[in-house]
Amino acid sequence: MRCPELACLALIVCLAGCERETRHFTADVPGPAYPGPRAQTGTVAGRAENPYARNAYAVNEGKRLFRWYNCNGCHAEGGGGMGVPLMDAEWRYGDRPVDVFTSIHDGRPDGMPAFGGRVTDDQIWRLAAYVRAIEGRVASATAPNRDDSLQEAKPETRRAGQ
Amino acid sequence: MSGLPLAAFLDTPPLGELSQDALRAAGPQAAATLALWWPTLALCSAVLLGILIALGYALATSGRAVRSAPGDLSSLANREPGLVRAVSVGVALSTVALLGLVAASAATDRKLASLDTAGALQVHVIAHQWWWEFEYLDADVTRRFVTANELHLPVGRAVELVLDADDVIHSLWIPNLAGKRDLIPGHTQTLRLRADRAGVYRGQCAEYCGYQHANMALRVVAEEPGAFTAWADRMRAPAAAPATPLAQQGRAIFENGTCAMCHTVSGTPAAAKHAPDLTHLASRRRLAAETLENTHDLLARWISRPNALKPGVYMPDQAYSESDVQALTAYLETLK
Ligand code: HEC
Ligand code: HEC
Ligand SMILES: [Cu+2]
Repeated sequence: MRCPELACLALIVCLAGCERETRHFTADVPGPAYPGPRAQTGTVAGRAENPYARNAYAVNEGKRLFRWYNCNGCHAEGGGGMGVPLMDAEWRYGDRPVDVFTSIHDGRPDGMPAFGGRVTDDQIWRLAAYVRAIEGRVASATAPNRDDSLQEAKPETRRAGQ
Repeated sequence: MSGLPLAAFLDTPPLGELSQDALRAAGPQAAATLALWWPTLALCSAVLLGILIALGYALATSGRAVRSAPGDLSSLANREPGLVRAVSVGVALSTVALLGLVAASAATDRKLASLDTAGALQVHVIAHQWWWEFEYLDADVTRRFVTANELHLPVGRAVELVLDADDVIHSLWIPNLAGKRDLIPGHTQTLRLRADRAGVYRGQCAEYCGYQHANMALRVVAEEPGAFTAWADRMRAPAAAPATPLAQQGRAIFENGTCAMCHTVSGTPAAAKHAPDLTHLASRRRLAAETLENTHDLLARWISRPNALKPGVYMPDQAYSESDVQALTAYLETLK
């Protein structure tokens, strides 16, 4: 039988259909629109999914932007500092993707600056996807597994969570 | 080898023409490499020719057996006459030729290392995915300045390029001026060269570095010292405030929107370091590491849709209105 060939073929087909590998270069990806200003966060109906939650490229992009926009200046590499730690399972403003998005877009009263308008919404979704990877909440196959700089913490692929 | 007059290898492309050609050396480093390259080519061609002639001779002079005859194995029993001699001569000749090439390359290496760098201009080159940053160093820090993608050099003065990479491994190759050298994150290297002929030379990243590696080129403008000093003085000046209302509106969008999160325009609040310095963007011939001509239309298209022109680039597409794009373009065009 031609099992190895068939197995290879099946693997290639699976990979091709895998959301993990898709690279969205332009911003017009299907995804939820910005859910609205802070006052409405609590009322956003349902649980909007992050369009990039399963996309390894976008999560890695989020990681790059986390450094570029100096999030780690306040949140260290997710461990906190001037800002709250993002590595733990405690969320002051909720852990749904829209809450994380809103935290970044609108800022939060105790010193989290608003990035909305200064950063594209598309990039905020990427950042939000990465913020959840910091805590180990994206699949290990999707989480970034290499660093461009020294990092004390465990790689995101090895963090607790699902 | 070292006695060869390198000047014989210098060659100038027609003025005003962009050249990317290792056979047109514009400085001593490229000329020294060329002085090794031509003899190596000649020697290797002679060897190849000799082998082909010997092969042809052997084929022509050996006897032919009829198709049905059994294989002739007689040479296993009594060795061919002259075989040992032929092989020994071949090995001896190859050894001599190869040792000659080794000696010649060692001499070339010495020649490359012996470039006199007293009073050299120092430029810190930082490779990014997928563009080049140049910081012109100076003992007086107030005289340092940063620019991107277009490297100006004074003719006749040695230059020391201090090479670093920001993200992944890249390689700097300006064929008319010098051989390649890798830029490795966390490991600073130097490349020394000198341009002896004025001209415009194209360089290229020569180490695969991701999606837009092929569009990671640079332009080297080698000019007379006077012209170089004038250019450097222009580069040191901060950006002039825009005069027209449209450009002023563009500046406001630039500083309050996303652009200032990545780019620097010196003399303004925009001071981020993740993207090419735009202080004198309008003076550059091309955009995005030689990808596009720097024209009004292409600049406007780049501002809202960089990913349509250089897919995967680390500058996001943005949904600006047509009037905002025109304002931003007008502002960037004032950055002479
Ligand atoms: C100037 C410092 C500072 C910077 C820069 C900063 N943050 Fe924050 N961030 C904070 C502080 C302080 C808080 C806590 C705010 C509060 O409790 O009201 C916070 C809260 C948050 C939260 C909410 C956490 C929770 O428990 O609900 C998220 C998510 C977040 N930041 C992400 C980011 C991202 C992503 C960036 C980069 C784009 C960033 N931050 C940049 C200081 C900062
Ligand atoms: C997320 C960071 C980021 C943002 C935001 C950003 N850029 Fe860029 N920009 C880049 C990068 C990176 C490059 C280099 C691209 C390349 O050549 O690979 C670049 C290149 C450019 C260039 C070409 C520079 C050159 O030397 O050829 C221009 C012009 C430019 N950007 C204008 C803008 C304007 C105007 C805005 C705001 C609308 C903007 N950029 C927003 C990252 C950014
Ligand atoms: Cu490259």
